[in-house]
Amino acid sequence: MSKYECPCDYVYDPAEGDYENGIEAGTAFEDLPDSWVCPLCGAEKEFFEKLD
Amino acid sequence: MFKPVEIAPGIYSVGCRDWDIRDFHGYSTYEGTSYNAFLILDEKNVLIDTVKKEFAQELLDNISKIIDPSDIDVVISNHTEMDHSGALTAVMERIGKEKTVLCSKMGLKNLNSHFPGKLNLRAVDNGEELNLGKRTLAFMETKMLHWPDSMFTYVKEDKILFSSDAFGQHYAGDCAFDDEIGDKVMDHAAKYYANILLNYSSRVQTLLKSVQESGLEIGMICPDHGVIWRDNPGAIIARYDEWSKQDGVKKAVIIFDTMWKSTATMAREVAKGIESRDVHVRLMNTRKCHRSDIMTEVLDAKALVVGSPTLNNGIFPVVADVLTYIKGLKPQNRMAAAFGSYGWSGESVKILNREFEAMKMDVIHEGLKIQYVPDEADLEKCFVMGQAIADKILDAC
Repeated sequence: MSKYECPCDYVYDPAEGDYENGIEAGTAFEDLPDSWVCPLCGAEKEFFEKLD
Repeated sequence: MFKPVEIAPGIYSVGCRDWDIRDFHGYSTYEGTSYNAFLILDEKNVLIDTVKKEFAQELLDNISKIIDPSDIDVVISNHTEMDHSGALTAVMERIGKEKTVLCSKMGLKNLNSHFPGKLNLRAVDNGEELNLGKRTLAFMETKMLHWPDSMFTYVKEDKILFSSDAFGQHYAGDCAFDDEIGDKVMDHAAKYYANILLNYSSRVQTLLKSVQESGLEIGMICPDHGVIWRDNPGAIIARYDEWSKQDGVKKAVIIFDTMWKSTATMAREVAKGIESRDVHVRLMNTRKCHRSDIMTEVLDAKALVVGSPTLNNGIFPVVADVLTYIKGLKPQNRMAAAFGSYGWSGESVKILNREFEAMKMDVIHEGLKIQYVPDEADLEKCFVMGQAIADKILDAC
């Protein structure tokens, strides 16, 4: 599973998930609900870029 | 300022006041603002932040009253936004283009986007220190307070925090310090928090906790706008803690607009109902009050009550403007209720309720719509609605 980076520099790491917003560790970026936004700046998923 | 102010031995405030500005990217600035910059004299001379582009010469003139700008060794950019970086390239021409500009990792990326290839940038790490000779600077990353590049610079020996936009106020006047301006500083600081930082309140909480845990001593806070907190920096830190918790006080803000005074009449009756329970209420017509002033009142209000007539099957456009603005600033832990008059179709209350839900507000009343002109019985319903809102507020606060 790939990590994804927000323009604000936040990195979504599927191994960690986003505990504070109810996303369990092990959740792939692609499986995040469409309502999920960057916990740091509020950007929507479409603005994230895949990291190799 | 037209002259530098020595804020501590060898440390000067050298920024500029913008007396004329009344609209700061959509934020009303009735008393103008200032773009603060700071000069530290040591074995290495440092300039912290610059000013808006058109004030570059004024900044250089201020610096020149203390040292020749070319004697500055290092420049620090705590924040990329153009009111603090606009003058950077012009100032570096005078200081020396080859000199280093220190910034955060995101500052490097963002300054490169603003001024491609024009600056000799170096990113500092969070916690990195820079020895100036007698003093040591420490850099603290403060991402999203309020841009990705935001950082603080702290002078360890003098216990001075250069906090970028945090703790700022849009104010241009002849006061340089909190003890000179008096109580009104908090009104300016509240407006600044409500309009610039409220949506990052959880980051503010995290920052305040980490500052407390680290035991960082703060003797003075120098923001990039407004006065310096030298007398009581603890006061503004306490207010930031309060504002960022968003518990709310016993207060409702009614924002409304009106076409033929029916919704305005309803708004007054709702306000009377709220007031009858000794809950504070602010009545704000969206075409009379600036959106940034409305936001300031929303800052500590437990409830947001919105009145809009139905216009062409929608809500009134000026109400939509203000709601869009409020929504972006993400107020938390709020109650909400809607009302409005209509002619034939009456969509506004339904649309407003949907907006409240999208803003994760607790909709405490189903809403009240009145056809054409409210009669006595309708006005009673408005009054009762106000009482019901007040009772919910009293239960919660």
